[in-house]
Amino acid sequence: MPSEKMLMNGSQTVGEAAVRAGCRYYFGYPITPQNELPEYLSARMPEVGGTFIQGESEVASINMVLGASVAGARTMTSSSSPGISLKQEGISYMAGMELPAVIVNMMRGGPGLGNIAPSAADYFQATRGGAHGDYRTPVLAPAGGQELVDLTFEAFDLADKYRNPVMLLGDGLMGQVMEPVVFPDFIDLKDLPEKDWALRGCKGREARAIFSMILGQQGELYRHNLDLQKKYDRITAEEQRWETKYAEDAELIVVAYGTAARIAESAIEDLKAEGINAGLFRPISLWPFPLPALRELSKEIPKVAVFELCLGQMVEDVILSVGERAEIYFHGVPGGLIPTPAEVAEFLRSTVKGDGKVGRRMEV
Amino acid sequence: MITRTIFAGFGGQGVLLMGYVLTHGAMHKGLDVTYFPSYGAEMRGGTANCTVTVSDKKIASPVASNPDILVAMNYPSLEKFESTVVEGGTVFLNSSLFEERPSRDNIDVVPVPIIDLAREAGSERGGNMVMIGTVCAKAGLLSLEETIKGMEAALKGKEKFFKANQKAIERGFAFAADGK
Repeated sequence: MPSEKMLMNGSQTVGEAAVRAGCRYYFGYPITPQNELPEYLSARMPEVGGTFIQGESEVASINMVLGASVAGARTMTSSSSPGISLKQEGISYMAGMELPAVIVNMMRGGPGLGNIAPSAADYFQATRGGAHGDYRTPVLAPAGGQELVDLTFEAFDLADKYRNPVMLLGDGLMGQVMEPVVFPDFIDLKDLPEKDWALRGCKGREARAIFSMILGQQGELYRHNLDLQKKYDRITAEEQRWETKYAEDAELIVVAYGTAARIAESAIEDLKAEGINAGLFRPISLWPFPLPALRELSKEIPKVAVFELCLGQMVEDVILSVGERAEIYFHGVPGGLIPTPAEVAEFLRSTVKGDGKVGRRMEV
Repeated sequence: MITRTIFAGFGGQGVLLMGYVLTHGAMHKGLDVTYFPSYGAEMRGGTANCTVTVSDKKIASPVASNPDILVAMNYPSLEKFESTVVEGGTVFLNSSLFEERPSRDNIDVVPVPIIDLAREAGSERGGNMVMIGTVCAKAGLLSLEETIKGMEAALKGKEKFFKANQKAIERGFAFAADGK
């Protein structure tokens, strides 16, 4: 049965959704502002017969995830920006070994240890593969609340479907904001497709092996990379997600994701009273970026305003999508401060007027 | 209908709990609600505030540009947030702690002697519950029953505090009705 309506913060929401999506193995290391997630699971996992381990470090935790995944489990780790940097080696190994897992990043201000305030400056790291090698990880960017539930389920499904790590990209604000949410029923792990590659002991069958190092002299790694690329192409073709709002009659498209999109949406609603009609284009999958959808929209509405909680990362994907077809404006707020809808409204007003007071025109 | 409220004060004054009571009460009432806390690393001392947005429609931003209501539990909070309150908004003050008043004249000001009222209700530690009762009643956010429900949900597992808190909330509602 679905749950009652519950009041939870974003981190706890991901924790409960993960358990209901069949995750029984969580490994993590504490870092603000996502500690409510491991805290929640430290109590919840024992209740459902799962395992919660606080590893001795982020590196240990991601490698525990690798181990649980190679044995066929639904498994998850979470952290915030500096901790995610430490996990990158393991993520690259899992991409190379084609191991499913969900990695949650509740982003905070950087670079370095930065601070504990919300930020969205890890877009490049998340979407470009934060570690070495020719690999990709699907990145889902919820806007908080109920979508955290839905996309946590989807993240596990995508990871299993493509045998690939999947990142759920939130931020410190989303992790701490409490909202009413409803959870679907627990999935039955027995209903999931058999993982015919998992290493669980080979008694009675042929032995299997999964390697992260492929040293053969006959082009084995070359072929492995081509196979991986075919998978990434399939994901790019099939797994783009986005939401469009208020786009009818809009004179301007606002592109924003996650918390920034919610702040922008309030700004858009406030501006309607002034007769400014802006539409919202919210990428939900950041990789694959919903490039064709944005390209199509920009043909009808050739003015695009990009708003990010960093100084300009997703805007590069917007430029790739829109090119010279439309004017592109950008406004970003770096980690450490949380902008209000009023600030975004100033940017949008300025963009409509073209007075250049807030934000800047991007050279394409 | 959308109402944005900022609760602000010292850590330890029960600032976040007030927001939590309103949040739970609003959900119980069937409204959409977002609760956005902001506080330092310390448990007591330091400053704490939270923004609670309540609406009968889906809420977009949990961050408010300008609150309709400010609940200032200490003077630094009044100083920090006074200028952000919308014209015609309301500022509730903890008048047991400070005598300063807002310098603006386009907002309503409601001084609440929370310590005196809480003492009358049985425990002077219930000042935050008196305040949330006064706020919910004056602003018409929640009924008495909904506020009490909100308190009970916010303090689930701490049932021994329900009775004293209920009395303090009731005292806040009475104060909102007649200013006494």
